Amino acid sequence: MVARGAALQAADRHQAQSVTVDIRGVSHSFALRGSELPVLDSINLRVVAGEFVAFLGPSGCGKSTLLRLVSGLEQPTQGAITADDEVIDRPDPSRILMFQDPTLFPWTTVWRNAATGLAARGVLDRQRSRVDDALKLVGLTAFAEAYPHQLSGGMAQRAALARALVNDPALLLLDEPLAKLDSLTRLALQGELVSLWREKGFTTILVTHDVEEAVVLASRVIVLSERPAHIKTEFAVDLPYPRHRDNPELVGLRRQILGTLGLET
Amino acid sequence: MWRSGLYAAASWAAAVIVTKALPDVIPFGSSDLFAVLVGAGAAAFAVLAFLSPRAGRLRETLDYYGPWFIAIGVWLTLWEFSTAKTGWLPKPFFSAPPGLLHVYVTDWQRLLICIGYSLRLWGLGFSLGATIGYVLGVALGWSKSFSYWGMPILKLIGPVPATAWIPVTFYFFPTTFDASVFIVALASGIPVMILTSSGVASVNRAYYDVGRNLGARPWYLISRIAIQAALPHTFVGLFMGLYYSFAVLVVAEILGAKYGLGWYIQFETNYSGYANVYATLIIMSLICAGLVKLLFVARDRLLSWQEGFI
Repeated sequence: MVARGAALQAADRHQAQSVTVDIRGVSHSFALRGSELPVLDSINLRVVAGEFVAFLGPSGCGKSTLLRLVSGLEQPTQGAITADDEVIDRPDPSRILMFQDPTLFPWTTVWRNAATGLAARGVLDRQRSRVDDALKLVGLTAFAEAYPHQLSGGMAQRAALARALVNDPALLLLDEPLAKLDSLTRLALQGELVSLWREKGFTTILVTHDVEEAVVLASRVIVLSERPAHIKTEFAVDLPYPRHRDNPELVGLRRQILGTLGLET
Repeated sequence: MWRSGLYAAASWAAAVIVTKALPDVIPFGSSDLFAVLVGAGAAAFAVLAFLSPRAGRLRETLDYYGPWFIAIGVWLTLWEFSTAKTGWLPKPFFSAPPGLLHVYVTDWQRLLICIGYSLRLWGLGFSLGATIGYVLGVALGWSKSFSYWGMPILKLIGPVPATAWIPVTFYFFPTTFDASVFIVALASGIPVMILTSSGVASVNRAYYDVGRNLGARPWYLISRIAIQAALPHTFVGLFMGLYYSFAVLVVAEILGAKYGLGWYIQFETNYSGYANVYATLIIMSLICAGLVKLLFVARDRLLSWQEGFI
């Protein structure tokens, strides 16, 4: 209770922060019609505060499950995950999970959607300006009073991003948030994500199946195996931001990663 | 020129001509008043047809309902002809349109009292039933243990017609009015409960993930997410409940009521006053249609976010 209270307080203080995530021997399996379906196989990884790490892997390999475990929405069957050495055993607004679908609440406005975190914690009345700031940051000020069904896919995902940023997360967990967008919007949002990450400094873990996206955005790319997923290899992407996707080093790295995924190009 | 207005005027005038020019085989009261009212209608349509209002809401309404106005005139003509003028549809089983009008003219005081009594019974029963049904529906949809015990009971009770409870209600309720309220409440509450619970149970799980991730407590998840997301279902339940409650209103008023539209229908049926029965049925349909309309207005306001959704 005390830990939760402290975390809430930290999240409601208006300042950027980041957190070091340790995944220690995590294995996970689902109960499926009486039998056990193993999804993750002893994953060990340390994500240092402020880092941008991307998980790549074949679809259905358990990437999304790993992200849900880090968010605290689910508990691993074995092992533990810590944030700054504190065991993650419940969801918390200091680490926010963003999905492939924006999952905005369709019954209320963009502003109200972005305000969800503050309203849920009962601090909205004192901190209304934070919602305005977040909407401004993602360029949706003009759409504050719009309903989700009036937004394009990219705008909806921006609104979801604003809903996350309002809470000043120390850890942003991105579960293929750009996968459903058209390629132009995707490129634009990739650029915005990088500049937000560099400006705010939060730790970011991205799950994607787009190799180019991974190498353009992340400072480290972790390649996972087929289910049950274990870490196959990892690549450091030691290039300055902003990166250009035609950079020969990136192109080479991309070919190398595709190779480890069994796709020669 | 509003053409259908002209035809409507003609069909309504036909009803007046049949009423006044042909001799009555069976006399019904108030045929003069009927002729005056329908004649006034015909005149109004003729005037509107020639004034031919320009584009706008009035014009849209006139164009849209034009065929109905014509049909009503034809219907009144045929109805008057087959009852009062030929006796093909005989008294007391059938009544001519002036016969119904006569009921309103002569018995309006008693009918007004009956409307008041029925609305009181319906209002109490429906609001109680809908409220309790709603609360229980949310609980059934949300809580696993509540649903474990509640769902089988609801499935058993659901199909039993509300009226089948009459003997039990007589025993449990101090007055027959309370028993009537209970029956109306049951008829309106069960569909609200079933639809609300299925609505709450079928809410997209990802919404709860978002809520929990952002620091929401269970009460926030229920009140701000589950209930909101289930609202379209709840409204379907309210519509069904409204229809069911009206259907049992008549039966509920058998229970020793002194006034009320259902009571009036029973009473007049016993004396073969079928004209009065029909006249009352029209009032009931109009009230029910009005309440449905009100519910639609409320729904459109609360669910405006659904526009373009799906």
